[in-house]
Amino acid sequence: MNATDYSTVQLKKGFKGYFKAVFGSVPLLAWILGMLVSVILESHVGYDLAESIGLPKAPVLFGFLIMLKKPALIPSTLLYVLLIYALPIGIVARLSAAPANRLAAVLTRLPMGLAVPLYLALLYAVLAIWADISAYRLLTLKLTLIAVMVTLSLNMINGYMGEFSCSHPGFMALGAYAASAFTLTLFTNDHLFGKALLSSHLGPWLFPVGLIGGGLVAAVGALVVAIPSFKTRGDYLAIISLAFMFIVKSLIENLEVVGGPRGMSSQPNYAGLLTVFVWTALCVWTINNFVRSIPGKALNAVRDDEMAAESMTVNTRRTKMTAFMFSAFWAGIAGGLFAHVIRFVNPATFGIQKLAEVLAMVYFGGLNSVYGSIVGAVSLNMLSEMLRPLEIFKWIIIPLLLILVMIYRPTGLVAFKEFDVKRLIQPKK
Amino acid sequence: MGGVLLQNLVNALQWGSFYALIALGYSMVYSILMLFNFAHGDIFMVGAYIGFGVATGLIALAKMGTIMMPNWLILVLTLIITMFLTSFVGMLVERIGYRPLRDAPRASAAITGLMIGIILETGNLALLGAQRVSFPPLIVSHTYELGGVFVTNKKIMIVFVSIAFMLALHVFVTRSKWGMAMRAMAVDYVVVPLMGVSINNIARMTFAIGSALAAVAGILFGVAYPVLDPYMGIMFGWKAFVAAILGGRGSIMGATLAGFLLGFIEIFVAMIFPSTLRDLIAYSIVLLILVFRPHGFFGEPYSARLRL
Repeated sequence: MNATDYSTVQLKKGFKGYFKAVFGSVPLLAWILGMLVSVILESHVGYDLAESIGLPKAPVLFGFLIMLKKPALIPSTLLYVLLIYALPIGIVARLSAAPANRLAAVLTRLPMGLAVPLYLALLYAVLAIWADISAYRLLTLKLTLIAVMVTLSLNMINGYMGEFSCSHPGFMALGAYAASAFTLTLFTNDHLFGKALLSSHLGPWLFPVGLIGGGLVAAVGALVVAIPSFKTRGDYLAIISLAFMFIVKSLIENLEVVGGPRGMSSQPNYAGLLTVFVWTALCVWTINNFVRSIPGKALNAVRDDEMAAESMTVNTRRTKMTAFMFSAFWAGIAGGLFAHVIRFVNPATFGIQKLAEVLAMVYFGGLNSVYGSIVGAVSLNMLSEMLRPLEIFKWIIIPLLLILVMIYRPTGLVAFKEFDVKRLIQPKK
Repeated sequence: MGGVLLQNLVNALQWGSFYALIALGYSMVYSILMLFNFAHGDIFMVGAYIGFGVATGLIALAKMGTIMMPNWLILVLTLIITMFLTSFVGMLVERIGYRPLRDAPRASAAITGLMIGIILETGNLALLGAQRVSFPPLIVSHTYELGGVFVTNKKIMIVFVSIAFMLALHVFVTRSKWGMAMRAMAVDYVVVPLMGVSINNIARMTFAIGSALAAVAGILFGVAYPVLDPYMGIMFGWKAFVAAILGGRGSIMGATLAGFLLGFIEIFVAMIFPSTLRDLIAYSIVLLILVFRPHGFFGEPYSARLRL
């Protein structure tokens, strides 16, 4: 290929081609290194830099909050974002590409069970340092991770199995209440459950037991939806799951043992960032493995043609049962974590509002795709925090965005894409 | 005991007529497009607010003395003008949220519907602010006692007006040419457009009629319970949706009956049990009905052919 050809190719591809030419050989490892450098930079010089360019404090969510509140500060905020995030990430990623590629090649030769935790540890370091700046960031990050879990678990039913389930807030509520009852009874002096039964030192260690218990309660609750799904599907199942959600909410409201409509508060602070991160990683890992396994592919078979699946020896009943219970289990875990992050639950949290939120994340991100769920949950959660200064107009902009996505990409942004960790971490040529 | 029972029967009829009027809109749209219009509950809310605006305007006109209008005339005019205006809201929803998505997965259209609903709520909140508005009292409330049962003239009016509109809809669907086109479209939306019936026109008309009925429900609700707030459509919308499914999707008769049935269940559950248990028991009954009759009262049995 001679020089002129090359330049036309460049022109045709525009920005994307240019980006690819510069960053095409940068592996994931180098990106993470870049982010690590950028967040360390921010934690060391962020305050001073912000002060010297006239910002009141370091921008919390990439400057969106400041820019929307005080338009006069837009230039200095952009400068901050450029100096702290864009430039360091870009430069470090590009410069370390070659050694990072060699390192990534070494890592891919290791067993996956060793390489992936290493990547996750790096990612956790990035997130932890980033969130260390302010409590608001930390809370947003934790809630985003929890949203990823719920979205993934709902995607399993609505995307992979093609039902329209409305019951996930109910599953979350079951998990949240079960886990909260567990920790409040055992480790705290609570006005509902009396004195602590065990020493509070044991709390963080037994917390996973409570979470799993919550998940199991939710999974058992899922039977109420799973068993009718043998006989019916589509809209009727949507109503059954909706009725289930209302029933759970109403049941909790009427149970004075767990605080009735007032809910439960002052859960012990066990859900640190590490806990939430580990559970989210576990959730992504197990769900991704499940949907790529043979029983997981049966979900797609049931979605596309139930009769054909049945005649091809897919046990549709067992498939539906597994999917609902597994999905509800993770929704329950997410609920338990949610209760311990917010440290307050009441039945009103798990209503129609929550349902609309979760459904929006699933369909925005993309059906039948783990990538999609991560993209949908992270982007919508971050967006709704970033647009907070717009107050109620936020609830006009976000729905409009969703409508546009639905019109131009009816199955969501990144639908029907496999999440292949091996390909993700391999070195780039 | 008998008196209490009858009393609650009247209340249930009133409550059920709201559900039935809204559920009709869901059901009609479903029969044509095989989609549920999840913005419908909020169209009910918009209808109530438009009705509030029109009624307030008409009262102001009458007060200025330019035109002499008795209150009943104001109510009738409000009803007509509001139905007309709200039907445009419905057509707009169809144009923005449903026409571009007719071939998309059904759930995507459900999401656009939900989002349009949120936009309607928020738009209302942004336009009118957070304080609740009160529907102007157009009817002076009289209470009659009939054999130990207290009935207000409002309740009688609400039940009769809504039944009248349901009958009118029935006549329209079964007797008119447009109604015939609607029914044909419900049977086969692929072949009927080949016969020269425009699916766009029929869909638009269906949304318009459904929204007009929701507006009727909104005004009647405003007459009975004058305080309006932007989120009042959510609960009504979902419950009417439940009624529409319970009746058998796409069945107009079923939606009406199930709307009334849901009203009865809710009122009688609240009569027998503490009212906090109302949702719990009402939805358990719905769940049981669907477990034993998975396709509603008048719906087609579940078949292998599914559109998703």
